[in-house]
Amino acid sequence: MDIFEYISLIFTDYTIRNISLGTGALGAICGVLGSFAVLRKESLLGDAISHAALPGIVLAFMITQAKDNYVLLIGAIISGLIGTLLISGIVTNTRLKKDAALGIVLSVFFGFGMLLLTFIQKNPDATQAGLDKYLFGQAATLMENDVKLLSIVLGLSLLVLLMFWKELKVALFDSDYAKSIGIKTRFLDSLISFFIVLAIVLGLQTVGVVLMSAMLLAPAAAARQWTNRLYVMLIIAAILGVISGVVGTAVSTTYNNLSTGPVIVVIAILIVIISFLFSPKRGLLMRQILFIRSRKKIEQTKVLLLMYNIAKTHDDVGHPHSNKILNNFQGIGKNVLKSLENQGWIKVNEGMWLMTEKGFNYAEELNKGITL
Amino acid sequence: MFEMTDESKYALNVHDLTVAYDFKPVLWDIHLQVPEGVLMAIVGPNGAGKSTLIKAILGIQKKIAGTVEIFGKPYEKMRKEVAYVPQKGTVDWDFPTTAFDVVKMGTYGELGWFRRPSKKQKIAALEALEKVGMLPFKNRQISQLSGGQQQRIFLARALVQNASIYIMDEPFQGVDATTEIAIINILKELRSSGKTLVVVHHDLQTIPEYFDWVTFLNVKKIATGPIKEIFNDENLAKTYGINYKVTINK
Repeated sequence: MDIFEYISLIFTDYTIRNISLGTGALGAICGVLGSFAVLRKESLLGDAISHAALPGIVLAFMITQAKDNYVLLIGAIISGLIGTLLISGIVTNTRLKKDAALGIVLSVFFGFGMLLLTFIQKNPDATQAGLDKYLFGQAATLMENDVKLLSIVLGLSLLVLLMFWKELKVALFDSDYAKSIGIKTRFLDSLISFFIVLAIVLGLQTVGVVLMSAMLLAPAAAARQWTNRLYVMLIIAAILGVISGVVGTAVSTTYNNLSTGPVIVVIAILIVIISFLFSPKRGLLMRQILFIRSRKKIEQTKVLLLMYNIAKTHDDVGHPHSNKILNNFQGIGKNVLKSLENQGWIKVNEGMWLMTEKGFNYAEELNKGITL
Repeated sequence: MFEMTDESKYALNVHDLTVAYDFKPVLWDIHLQVPEGVLMAIVGPNGAGKSTLIKAILGIQKKIAGTVEIFGKPYEKMRKEVAYVPQKGTVDWDFPTTAFDVVKMGTYGELGWFRRPSKKQKIAALEALEKVGMLPFKNRQISQLSGGQQQRIFLARALVQNASIYIMDEPFQGVDATTEIAIINILKELRSSGKTLVVVHHDLQTIPEYFDWVTFLNVKKIATGPIKEIFNDENLAKTYGINYKVTINK
């Protein structure tokens, strides 16, 4: 199956439509909520929560022996929330900083989860229900019910955003000020954290424990490059999330059933790289171009002023001089002379230059420091 | 408007306030009464608890003991009478928002949950921007403003609240002379219209020129009262622990 065949199947094939809708909805949820994580400078929280969810999934399976997705997801939510509480508990009650708390919770929970996973794999009685799909994700297992659940969560999170928009915005930007005007910042924090946990847990089936945090961060980080408005950032992040999800799933299904999680994340990271390079205001490329332009401008100005100082010692401003007398008798690069000629400030002919009246007047202004 | 009992004649009344971080007191039994219509500086060395005092008054910082009253009523009931200007360095100025948007946040308290700023609030925000001389920059992303301009935006956000009491944490920190003069003129104007201002301030040289009331703080309250009566070497020495000489422009 090639990619074009796949695209046509999105509209005709029931399973593929479900998968695309599911990963798309997941991408949108992650983009929107991930923006909050990024702006709260809690980018690594998602990583800790997703890893913390693993033991919950395996324990839920061991206790119930059920392959039912929802039972496992509830296990994941519980252990994800326990992980979140532990992180804030460590930060408030010990001298450890947040990064250390995140690292501890992440590795301890993930290690414990992997231990349980290998334990049930070794146990001949229990058929381990393909639990390892939660490590790297498998979009192909998305069912209609999953799509419904994802859509409900997407709708709910958008509703919460609309309801508390201005409160969330001020709490996110300046939480002390928000508290002073009576906004319940702790309630809003918990609300957003709960939705982030929900988004992560829902993404585990598709993207997997290991790479889920990238799904949360990449669309938001990319979106930040394109806008300076919060609501625009959320919209762009949602769109980029949808693109990563849908395109990633398409690529992973069409090429030898690659693991979905890694492919989605690779697409998302490509979008991040493109955004960091090419965004018009914050992009590295644009900044480099502006830098080169201003350096060129300075070089031109320097040469023009040098010529002005030579030309003004002659009665005839347009008196031709050799290029060699510029810059300690080394001559000046052809490019600079050419660009000055293009502006109509000088004329160049056979190794000689002369200043035009326009160039002389312009240089005179520059010399007074008016134009600079 | 307010009942003129003994307690309610004070714009701000702090009773026996104690705050601690990790069992170490940062504010010890602070008793502080600020009359209406003064422009008061809070001074004290680093770690004296100046910002903590402000945050405890505003209910941002948890109190171990004590109460805070605004015109004789608990702060929670009088929020709309108080406008807060936090330290500029406490927020991320790369946040995706514009100067106008930040100033509009000053109307959120009055609006309450669920309501959006309407035309009335937008006009108020534009007027505040005009007042601090930032109207031409209203659509700038806030990271593209200078430190002084950012401070003016914070001030404008508080002005929009049209409160009776303004509480400011180092509004002159890291601003140039022009901005400092612009800000102090606005503060003095607010005082002339009967507002009460409480300002954490570091530059002891300018205190007699800018303020008419002062509180010396170093974990405990050292002294509070009119500049003319209590801004002297004795209180400075008690607060800063050294013989601090300043010239008082009388």
